[in-house]
Amino acid sequence: MLASLIGFLGDFDLAEEAAQEAFAIAAERWPRDGVPSNPGAWLYASARNRAIDRIRRERTLAEKTRLLEVPEATVDELDDDTTIEDERLELIFTCCHPALALEAQVALTLRTLGGLGTEEIARGFLVSEETMKRRLSRAKVKIKTAGIPFAVPADHKLPERLDAVLAVVYLIYNEGYSGRVDLAAEALRLGRVLTSLMPDEAEVHGLLGLMLLHHARRQARFSGDDLVLLEDQDRALWNGDEIAAGRAALEQAIALRQGGPYTLQAAIASLQCEEPVDWNEVAVLYGRLASVTHSPVVELNRAVAVAQAGAVERALELVDRLDLDSYQYLHSTRGELLRRLGRLEDARDAYERALELASSEPERRFLARRIAEL
Amino acid sequence: MKYATLIYSKPGSHEALPDAEYKAMFGEYMALANDPRCVSSGQLEPVETATTVRVQDGETLTTDGPYADTKEVFGGYYVFEAGDLDEALELASRIPAARLGGAIEVRPVVEQPSEVRSGVER
Repeated sequence: MLASLIGFLGDFDLAEEAAQEAFAIAAERWPRDGVPSNPGAWLYASARNRAIDRIRRERTLAEKTRLLEVPEATVDELDDDTTIEDERLELIFTCCHPALALEAQVALTLRTLGGLGTEEIARGFLVSEETMKRRLSRAKVKIKTAGIPFAVPADHKLPERLDAVLAVVYLIYNEGYSGRVDLAAEALRLGRVLTSLMPDEAEVHGLLGLMLLHHARRQARFSGDDLVLLEDQDRALWNGDEIAAGRAALEQAIALRQGGPYTLQAAIASLQCEEPVDWNEVAVLYGRLASVTHSPVVELNRAVAVAQAGAVERALELVDRLDLDSYQYLHSTRGELLRRLGRLEDARDAYERALELASSEPERRFLARRIAEL
Repeated sequence: MKYATLIYSKPGSHEALPDAEYKAMFGEYMALANDPRCVSSGQLEPVETATTVRVQDGETLTTDGPYADTKEVFGGYYVFEAGDLDEALELASRIPAARLGGAIEVRPVVEQPSEVRSGVER
């Protein structure tokens, strides 16, 4: 039977598959409907029909695929606002697909879902417009050629893929946080879009809350070009509306009861906007965040909260357990804790190590000032 | 679309499995080969059997060993017919080498536009 199928189809694999399918159907039907009078002929006929169906299907599929060219067209179409919401959601998942390099994900997301042109995105990330153009076109070619789907992932993949989307938006926000405000505004806009498209996802609200609560304090973070620490910030410069909006988003996330790292960070940011700050509670939340993320940087933040709550020695113990020697903020934190404990020589050493590692000018000035004040 | 999943396995990783696990693992490879979406597949003999050929100025240079001297070695492939990259990645993640210290490279196969299985016309 296989030989005649191969002869008829001219394709060994196809014949084999068709035969397998025919046997499978027989195994299902014969016990139920009875064995046909000529089993061999029945098997041959159904295998042949299966194979023909398959060829037809594949031809239609190939034709459809050629007609559609889906991702290329949609990625460009989204420049106008007429795209319906479901499509935008699918597009977000396409742009933030893990098969694309992170920098490409960021650029594509800004280009197709944000309001920025290629030139503005290039400026935001300090690369030439040519480089950004190439990056975008490479990404579009990969979407098309590799068949990255234009779809919301299946439920079992959704949490993982949503994490990737949120990471891209937060990355855009953080790029803006270090000075380029237009990117921060874009990230906030994307955050709002996500909450309207995925209102049942707690972490989407958590991320928006986190960004808003940080954004609300941006005017107070700098005095001229100098960094101002939270405790020294002029609260009159905080944006009350944004704090309220951030807290509302946080409430929403908590109400959905599936909060993760972003919701926890938003809760911490919210506590830090209170007067006085409940540092014990902040330390507890950092502890929970550390158990989710296993990040030593989060542990470092927990140590800071422990110190702010009054347990400076305990905080220093926590800091000294961390393996973060090349991290500037580990050393600046140690410097501050040692200063408070009156160990000024050790404090100076730690601050100097931090200064060696610091790259941004405001931070270098801040550290130099700390050393001078010892 | 057709996707080639190129299997780079850690040498010895499969052989090191206890008997029962080895059999189960082999069964997983067979199941993928028998999946209706599998268009073709091949398992290569160990890398020690590889010979590399180059032609320079019309002269054939033959050397013992694989083309690339890497930690993981190319050991076989499947070609799957899948609706999109996600489906192909899902299939690739089921290849045992991926969890045995190796990696699977997923690459779309260039579609030949003409003659799709022309045998049926005869």
